[in-house]
Amino acid sequence: MALLRTGSVCLEALKSRGFNFFTGVADSTISSLIEELYQDPAGYVAAVREDLAVGMAAGAYLAGRWPCVLMQNSGLGYCLNALTSLNLIYRIPSLLIVGYRGYQGNDAPEHLVMGAHCTALLEEVGIPVQVPEPDQLVSAIGWADKVLRDRRIPAAVFIKPGVMEK
Amino acid sequence: MDSLTTREAIRLVAERLTDELVVCTTGYTCRDMQAVCDRPGNFYMIGSMGLASSIGLGVALAKPCTRVVIFDGDGALLMGLGNLSMIGGLAPRNLIHLVFDNEVFASTGRQPTYSASVPLDRMAAAAGYAVVLRAESPDQLTGGWEKIRTGNGPSFLLVKCHPDEGRPMERVRLAPEAITNQFMRTVRP
Repeated sequence: MALLRTGSVCLEALKSRGFNFFTGVADSTISSLIEELYQDPAGYVAAVREDLAVGMAAGAYLAGRWPCVLMQNSGLGYCLNALTSLNLIYRIPSLLIVGYRGYQGNDAPEHLVMGAHCTALLEEVGIPVQVPEPDQLVSAIGWADKVLRDRRIPAAVFIKPGVMEK
Repeated sequence: MDSLTTREAIRLVAERLTDELVVCTTGYTCRDMQAVCDRPGNFYMIGSMGLASSIGLGVALAKPCTRVVIFDGDGALLMGLGNLSMIGGLAPRNLIHLVFDNEVFASTGRQPTYSASVPLDRMAAAAGYAVVLRAESPDQLTGGWEKIRTGNGPSFLLVKCHPDEGRPMERVRLAPEAITNQFMRTVRP
């Protein structure tokens, strides 16, 4: 485990769960996963804004794919309308892998408000979240996949600083 | 030259559809499409304004051998303008983007968008669409549709039209979850 990059471990866990459509907007917290995707046959469709990534992932799901959206938590605000008026009411699942900036108030000023409220924001509208420690990342992906399959709704796994090395 | 209303423009394209998948933007576009040509391959997006072209792009990337048509509006296109750059950049050949441009937010009371002064077709051309056409009459619309229906895209057809007079068509009848299920059954595996 120590020799493997976390991004690689994470991607293998995602692929083993059947995730086969990856889109999103880049974030430094999860950059090692995005780098792995660019090298992988699974591929990565770069979006220009997070809500457009959620829309693209929804389209991919409608066409039979199992989608995963990567983003920084600053993009969650853009996504709220898509998640509530598309994914939740249409029963379109998507795994959200979210870089957790502003975690415990340790970050640049622009990340502090969203950092303090992002997990509660999603839970408030009915999207379950987990914030795994490094050794819980693979099991968190398994948990999220089960939420998607059992309830046909999105679920979010927040990646704290240090969970994936850069 | 005859002009077009939005619903008439939607009808002229809808009656020429075969097995395409169609993603309809929110507002009267969904309601007009349901009224003139309800079919299982229509995805009626009743919320998430601006994302019909994102959804259509996702379907087109996942099903590269199926033609995917986006029925968009001017307000919705301007709201999700980043979609143009993704579609132009990723260039899915099976994607057809129609914009019914009546220059207003029709379902909220005809407040103006900016498309009276912003040429949306030139924005699509700048973004890299392979084919960009503009129609202002029934003949131009049906002729334009014939050109892009079978060719290699991504194609963009801007349809300049007027908002319809009178009562709007009824709201989308199916529940959202039923729309998802029906559309997914129609997408061939």
